[in-house]
Amino acid sequence: MTTTVTLSLSKRETTNSKHETKNMTLGNYFGNIYKGLKSLAAGMRLTGLYFVRRGDSLTQEYPNNRGTLKLAERFRGEVVMPHNESNEHRCTGCTACELACPNGSIKILTKFVINEEGKKKKAIDTFVYHLDTCTMCNLCIISCPSDAIIMANNFEHSVFDRTKLLKVLNKPESKIMAGVE
Amino acid sequence: MILSIYNFTSLTDKFHTYLSAHLSAGIVLATELVLTAILVITFVAVLAMVLIYLERKVAAYMQLRLGPNRVGIYGTGQVVADVLKLVLKEGITPDGADKLMFNLAPYVVLSTCMMALAPIAFGNGLVLWDLNIGVLYITSITSLGVIGILIAGWSSNNKYSMLGAMRSGAQIVSYELSAGLCIISIVVLSGSMQISEIVSSQADGWWIFKGHIPVIIAFVIFIIAATAELNRAPFDLAEAESELTAGFHTEYSGMKFAMFFLAEYINMFVLCALAATLFLGGWMPFHIGNWTAFNNVMDYIPSPLWFFGKTFFIIFIIMWFRWTFPRLRVDQLLDLEWKYLLPISMVNLLAIALMNILGWHF
Repeated sequence: MTTTVTLSLSKRETTNSKHETKNMTLGNYFGNIYKGLKSLAAGMRLTGLYFVRRGDSLTQEYPNNRGTLKLAERFRGEVVMPHNESNEHRCTGCTACELACPNGSIKILTKFVINEEGKKKKAIDTFVYHLDTCTMCNLCIISCPSDAIIMANNFEHSVFDRTKLLKVLNKPESKIMAGVE
Repeated sequence: MILSIYNFTSLTDKFHTYLSAHLSAGIVLATELVLTAILVITFVAVLAMVLIYLERKVAAYMQLRLGPNRVGIYGTGQVVADVLKLVLKEGITPDGADKLMFNLAPYVVLSTCMMALAPIAFGNGLVLWDLNIGVLYITSITSLGVIGILIAGWSSNNKYSMLGAMRSGAQIVSYELSAGLCIISIVVLSGSMQISEIVSSQADGWWIFKGHIPVIIAFVIFIIAATAELNRAPFDLAEAESELTAGFHTEYSGMKFAMFFLAEYINMFVLCALAATLFLGGWMPFHIGNWTAFNNVMDYIPSPLWFFGKTFFIIFIIMWFRWTFPRLRVDQLLDLEWKYLLPISMVNLLAIALMNILGWHF
């Protein structure tokens, strides 16, 4: 089946090219010149417009415009865990992100807490994040079932001591948001 | 005609008589030659820096970037910094290279393109050597440059260099034909190969306006062929970065590389100046037939200003090409020359000759 398809394809191509060489008429010749010139003019029109219209320059003069820096929404700077006003996050401690991380940059330590109904429940104690080994692959964010972690835009991570890049993402005394299972 | 307001001939004549009054004829000649050489070298260095800066800015604006803008005012110091870097860099000669040829090649390339500057009229009377075969001289000298490129590619002992030089040779040899035919078409119209005669034949209108459509076709073909002769994009197969690293100057570094770079930009200036002289009237101000008042007003703009304005306009067009079009394949390159440019310019030359005989131009 496959061979017939390729055969018919190549046959069609050869007939096509034959067709073209046969029909290399004078009109064809000048038509080619016209088409070529038209496409070149279209290209030159675009770059000419770019040259004249200076406003839409894409360059960010970074150290000078730290206040007004425009970054793409999906820019991956670091993993963060958003907390609401009452210091609550959405992480259930399921360790899906830890399993998804290709180089072990995430380590989740869990504990058991007793909730209002008097039941023992698993919750996160510390969400350890190694920014120094993270490759910003986004797999942890994709794997998270409760959208507890996101990628932040901040990219200025330079420090003199590497151990400062070892981060704990959940804030102290934080709790899981009500309703997140 | 009051073209003599800004005539530089009187200035040079005065200088010559002043020197002759104090020195013997031989020493006068020697002094004048040395002064000319210094002037040309300074001009070439300054011009190359201006062109490199312009190229980087034009490229940046066409690609929605800002270009150099940190060193100096609007990044003008960037070029100076780059030149300093190149001067201070070590010029390495590879072990397997043909040492003599390898070190000779950049000088051949640079000196040929500096020689091509000689007959170009920068202004009224501002010309180094107004010989009667000026146009022929320029075309023959610019085609000598390919020898330097071939020497560089051959002596580097590097496959990339060799391929780049060979491609460059094939390209320059084939595109010279159509460029030459376009030059001849203007020689037919003006009846002279002397640059000053060609310029003065355009006193009542530039050839691109006087010569109708055939001259416009010749102008377009000349610009395309000139871009190809300069090995600039979209015809930069000789130094196609993605295939050949840097083509014939892969092995060069420091000042020797800078000389190739300089030669490239000077060649660009020479060919654009030639195009401006042939088609846009060189230093000749914008004149319309016999509108004496209008022509007189135009004459008040100094002739070097006209010349450089036109030349830089054509340089801008060539830069515009470079930052718009993708590189051609070798077969497309040869197709374009042998199937399209050469036949069209031959027919075009016939049309121009006919037009000249029947007196159909203004």
